[in-house]
Amino acid sequence: MIPKPQLQDLKNIGYYSGKIIIGMGLTMLVPMVIGLLFAEINPALDFLIGTEITLIIGLILTKLCFTEKDLNWMQGMIVVSLSWVAAMLVAAVPLYLSGHWGSYLDACLETMSGFTTTGLTLVQDLDHLSYAHNLWRHFTPFIGGQGIVVIALCFFIKGVSGAFKMYVGEARDERLLPNVIHTSRFIWLVSIVYLILSTLVLGIVGIANGMKPVNAFFHGACIFMAAFDTAGFAPQSQNILYYHSLLFEVVTIVIMLLGAMNFNLHYHLWTGDRREIWKNIETRTLFITILLTFLITLIGLNQVGCYPRAAVMFRKGFYQLISGHTTTGYMTIYARQFINEWGNLALVGLICAMAFGGGTSSTAGGIKMLRLGIIAKTLKQDLKRIILPEQAIVEQKLHHLKEIYLEDKQVRAALLITVSYLALYGIGTLVGMFYGYPFLDSLFESTSAAANVGLSCGITTPSMPVGLKLTYIVQMWAGRLEFMSVFTLIGFFIAVIKGK
Amino acid sequence: MKRAVSHQLSAIGLIFFCWTVGYAQHISSTELINNAKEYDGKSVVYAGEAVGDIMARGDFVWVNLNDGENAIGIWLNKGLAKEIQFTGGYHAKGDRLEITGVFQRGCIQHGGDMDIHAQDIRKISPGRLVKEKLDIGKRNFTFILLGILGLVLIFVRRQGSRLQTR
Repeated sequence: MIPKPQLQDLKNIGYYSGKIIIGMGLTMLVPMVIGLLFAEINPALDFLIGTEITLIIGLILTKLCFTEKDLNWMQGMIVVSLSWVAAMLVAAVPLYLSGHWGSYLDACLETMSGFTTTGLTLVQDLDHLSYAHNLWRHFTPFIGGQGIVVIALCFFIKGVSGAFKMYVGEARDERLLPNVIHTSRFIWLVSIVYLILSTLVLGIVGIANGMKPVNAFFHGACIFMAAFDTAGFAPQSQNILYYHSLLFEVVTIVIMLLGAMNFNLHYHLWTGDRREIWKNIETRTLFITILLTFLITLIGLNQVGCYPRAAVMFRKGFYQLISGHTTTGYMTIYARQFINEWGNLALVGLICAMAFGGGTSSTAGGIKMLRLGIIAKTLKQDLKRIILPEQAIVEQKLHHLKEIYLEDKQVRAALLITVSYLALYGIGTLVGMFYGYPFLDSLFESTSAAANVGLSCGITTPSMPVGLKLTYIVQMWAGRLEFMSVFTLIGFFIAVIKGK
Repeated sequence: MKRAVSHQLSAIGLIFFCWTVGYAQHISSTELINNAKEYDGKSVVYAGEAVGDIMARGDFVWVNLNDGENAIGIWLNKGLAKEIQFTGGYHAKGDRLEITGVFQRGCIQHGGDMDIHAQDIRKISPGRLVKEKLDIGKRNFTFILLGILGLVLIFVRRQGSRLQTR
C-alpha cells in the first residue's frame, strides 16, 4: 500500500521550493544591471518583470507553506525536481518578453537547456540580442552547473540537515568539506576564481583577435560560463566559428576539460595534491575514451575525405569531439555539416563520446566516467574469474579519491544509471523518428539532449514539432538530475492519486 | 556601317554585363552550407548584414555576414573593409553588403573553417544606429507587479510579526 502524502509533506515541499524560487528571482537582477549599464532599457524592464513575478510566487509559497520542520529524503528529492521546473518557467519570462523566441515554450527550452548545461538553442536573430539577455543565457548554465539548490544552500538555507538531501537530489554526492553548505561555498569559490582568470585570458585573446575590448571581455565571461559549465551557448549565431581563431579554440578546450572534471579533483588540485588527478579512475577513463572515440571519428572523417589536410581534419575533429565528450556543445562547424559531410562512422564516434560524458560531480552530463570505469573493472574482474582457477579469490580495486574494493552494490548502481541513460537516449530517438527524422539524426540530437551536450545536427530549430521540444525538455531535465529525483517525483504523483 | 554596328553591340554587351553584375544572383548561406561540396573553390556572390566585430588580422580582416538564415565568415582585404561603417548588434543595424569571392568548404588557410575569401565588396544598403523606444506596456506592467509585490511583502511581514508575538 502506498501512503498518501500528508499536508506536512506539501508544506515542506512548498516552503523550500519557494526559497529556491526567491533565489532565482534575485539572480535576475544581474542581467538587469548589465542591461542598464549598456543602456538597454526594455531588456532591463524584461528582467525587472521577471524578478517581480518570481519574488511574488516565491514569497507567497514560503508564506502559505511556512514550516520549521526539516526535509526528509522524499521531500528533498521532490523539492529539487520541482525547483528545476519552476526555475525553467520563471527564467523564461524575460527571454520570451525580448521577442527573440518564437513562443514561451521555445524560451522554456532555452532556459532548461541553460540550467541543465545542455546548450541546445531556439533563439532567433541572436546577432541582435541585447547584452542583458545574452548574459542571462550564459548565466543560466553557471547557475545550473554549480546547482540551483547549491546557490540556495549558500545563501538562503542555513543549518538545515535536510540541505544534504537536496544536494544529493541535484546529482551531487561529494562532500569536499565536512559540511555540505561549506562544500557548496567551495564549489562557488572555485567557479568564481576560474571565471575571473578565464575572462581575463579570453578577453586578451579576443582583443588580440581584433575584437573591441568591451566585446572581448563580455564574450570572454559568457564563453567561460558556457564552457566551464559545459553548456555550449555562445553570444553570436556562429558559435565558436565566429572568432576564426586557433588560440580561442585552444583556451576553450582547456576550460571545457576543467568543466568536465569532478569537483573533488579540483579540490585536490587546489590543495596541491596533483597525484590524485593522474591516479583517479575518472581521469584515466576519460583519457582512454577520448582516445578511442577520437580514433573512430578520425577514421570516419578520413573515409569521407571532407577535409583537405590531416592537420585541418585533426583540428576540426578534435574540437568537436572534446566539445561532445565534455558535453559542452561548442561548434566550429555548421550544424548541417555533421550530417552532410562527416559521414556515419565519424558521427558514431561523436555520438559515443557524447553518450559517455564527463566526470561525476562535475557540470558535465552523460553516463559519466566513474560509472564507465566501474563497468570496465567489473568486466575485467569477470574475465579474471573465468581464466583463473576456481579456488582463486578475485578482487578488483579502483582508485577514486581512495582505494576502493569493487562491490556488487556499486556495480548495480552504475549499471542502473547507465541503462537509464541508454533508455533515455533511445526514447528521444524514437520520438524523433516518429516525427519523420532519419535514425542517425534523431539519435544524434536525442543523445545530445539527454547527455546535456548541446551539439546539434540541425533538428533543434524553432520550427521543430512541439512534441519534440517537450521531449527534449524532459530529456535534459532527467539527464541532468540523473533520474533519482525525477523517479521520486513520479512516485509522489502516483502516491497522490493512488495512495491511501 | 560595320563600325557602328560593332559599337552598338559593344554598348549592349556592356549594359548586359553591368546588369548581371549589379543584380547578380545571391546564393543563400543555407544553400552554401547544404551544398558545400558543389560550391567548394568556386566564385560566389553572397549578401548579408555585417554583424559583430570586424576583426583585423594583419592586412586582412574577418567580418561575419548574416543573410537572415546563418552567418558566414568573410576574409577580406583591410582596404576593402574600410567601406563598412556599421555592424549589427542590439543598438545597430549593420551595413548590408554584397561579397563576390571564393567559397571554401574547409579552408586550408583557416584551419578548415567554411568561409568566403572576398575579391570584391559592394554596399547594398548602409546600416544605422537603432534608437530604443521605451515599451510603455512593459513599463506599466512593471509598476502593476511592483504594487502587487509590495502588498505581498506587507502581508508576509505582518504574518511574520504575528508569529513572533505568539
